[in-house]
Amino acid sequence: MSKALVLAESRDGNLRNVSFEAIAAANLVADEVVVALIGQNVAADAAQLATRGAHQVLVVEDERLQHYTPDGYGQVFMQLLDRVAPDVIVFGHTSLGKDLSPKIAAKLQAGLISDVTSIEGSGADASFIRPIYSGKAFEKVKVSEGKTLFTVRPNNIEPLAEGSSEGTVESVTVELKDLRTIVSEVVRKATGGVDLSEAKVIVAGGRGVKSSDGFAPLQELADLLGGAVGASRGACDADYCDYALQIGQTGKVVTPDLYIACGISGAIQHLAGMSNAKVIVAINKDPEANIFSVADYGIVGDLFDVVPLLTAEFKKMLVH
Amino acid sequence: MEIYVLLKRTFDTEEAIQLENGQIEEDGAEFIINPYDEYAVEEAIRVRDAQSGTVTVVTVGPEDADKELRTALAMGADQAVRISIEDDIEEADHYSISEVLAGYLKEQTVDLIIAGNVAVDGGSGQVAPRVAELLDIPYVTTITKLELNGTDAVVTRDSEGDTEVIKTSLPLLVTAQQGLNEPRYPSLPGIMKAKKKPLEELELSDLELDEDELAPRLETVERFLPPNKAAGKILEGDLSTQVQELASLLRNEAKVV
Repeated sequence: MSKALVLAESRDGNLRNVSFEAIAAANLVADEVVVALIGQNVAADAAQLATRGAHQVLVVEDERLQHYTPDGYGQVFMQLLDRVAPDVIVFGHTSLGKDLSPKIAAKLQAGLISDVTSIEGSGADASFIRPIYSGKAFEKVKVSEGKTLFTVRPNNIEPLAEGSSEGTVESVTVELKDLRTIVSEVVRKATGGVDLSEAKVIVAGGRGVKSSDGFAPLQELADLLGGAVGASRGACDADYCDYALQIGQTGKVVTPDLYIACGISGAIQHLAGMSNAKVIVAINKDPEANIFSVADYGIVGDLFDVVPLLTAEFKKMLVH
Repeated sequence: MEIYVLLKRTFDTEEAIQLENGQIEEDGAEFIINPYDEYAVEEAIRVRDAQSGTVTVVTVGPEDADKELRTALAMGADQAVRISIEDDIEEADHYSISEVLAGYLKEQTVDLIIAGNVAVDGGSGQVAPRVAELLDIPYVTTITKLELNGTDAVVTRDSEGDTEVIKTSLPLLVTAQQGLNEPRYPSLPGIMKAKKKPLEELELSDLELDEDELAPRLETVERFLPPNKAAGKILEGDLSTQVQELASLLRNEAKVV
């Protein structure tokens, strides 16, 4: 019987999709899946985890865990590790997961497979597929020594439905001391609330957007489809938008269901960040633009004509 | 102020990737300082110029990486160290590399370590936080601002679009996010000076590290390229017809809306 410990995350009071995906991934590799839910006032979310692949949910609440810190979460996680003694440890490949997982791996002197997009085989024979060069290539990785630790890229592994498990929920008390970093302030600036790395739909703008105001029609389309707005390096360098929106080999690597590239030429470094999206639409005035080489559907035209028309068309469609 | 920069030599981001016998083909490829590490070098130079001290750039890699170290020296770093492990560890992973770096850094007086938040080749972002853990110092990743006052540090961090302000203290490790600064280009006098700056080569034996304890925990069994995409469909007709067709395709054929 192999055992997994998964760290679940909530954001703004909601469990993140990637946490359900991480639990599904853990079920592929291990027989028994224990989920850790850490934070302040998070216990209400435990019941949902317990039906979606968790056999046991361990809830740790403390006011000092309101904000993530490597020391705070690290201490909690190590105490849960001692208790659960898992063979497999899974995180989401999120801001938090990327920050904490290397610390845990270093403590355990273990390997860590970051940003896994699919899993082949099961148990100790499992191998893990992950992108390298931001998706220009992939590698298949196995654990040769020690525990199996990995992080799961959002939007790639199918989560389990409700009713997949009937897990138990238990509250756990842990000791916390000497937190060396303190979060003194958090400024939310996420546009529209949908996180770029988890968005199912992304409407991205390039130099063709021409100004920060030029993003307005893109935002309108993204809002209508419940998606997020992204940008190419060109648009960020030109100061049309914040670097937080940048998609590419520098910037974020995304795999949404639908990626609509507006006025983006398609530099190699941008394609690396988005070419593994399930469906790609390119809208560009230049019929020779490289972005068309990765697009499933293309419209040669001015984004300022096409995008509002497309928004209007979807509005009609979504009403019916 | 003793400042260390962890630097990696990577493929230029404009390079396409080709495979040769399951290995990444490197012949003829352009190499650069990992773009996120450039922010780290720049920030280290700025901190030193404000506070005095020394900037040491450290990499783990073969002799080819001397070129990128010289570039960092030309930007203004004071000295460089390259730790050569290829004769001792085959297919080193993040575990091996971070143990090597920590082994070196444990023997130094360290106030501040700056690294890129991720390398654009492997894309894991593991080595820097691992090194901080091994050195038992605090760390803050993906930072966009660093303010130092004595040993107190106030760090601004990007967390998926949110901004966090974090209070901590030296010794400290931070990793650079885009937006931290605007890295300078090496000047011609900088390039001339860099040729005379110290660049030390170390091996595991110099660090008194045992290669048997540094064996990788992971094994890459295969590398492959993503499947070539079939040519897409460029829509035709007048614009409103194209838009209607696109909306319909996305809803009925691709089923993504």
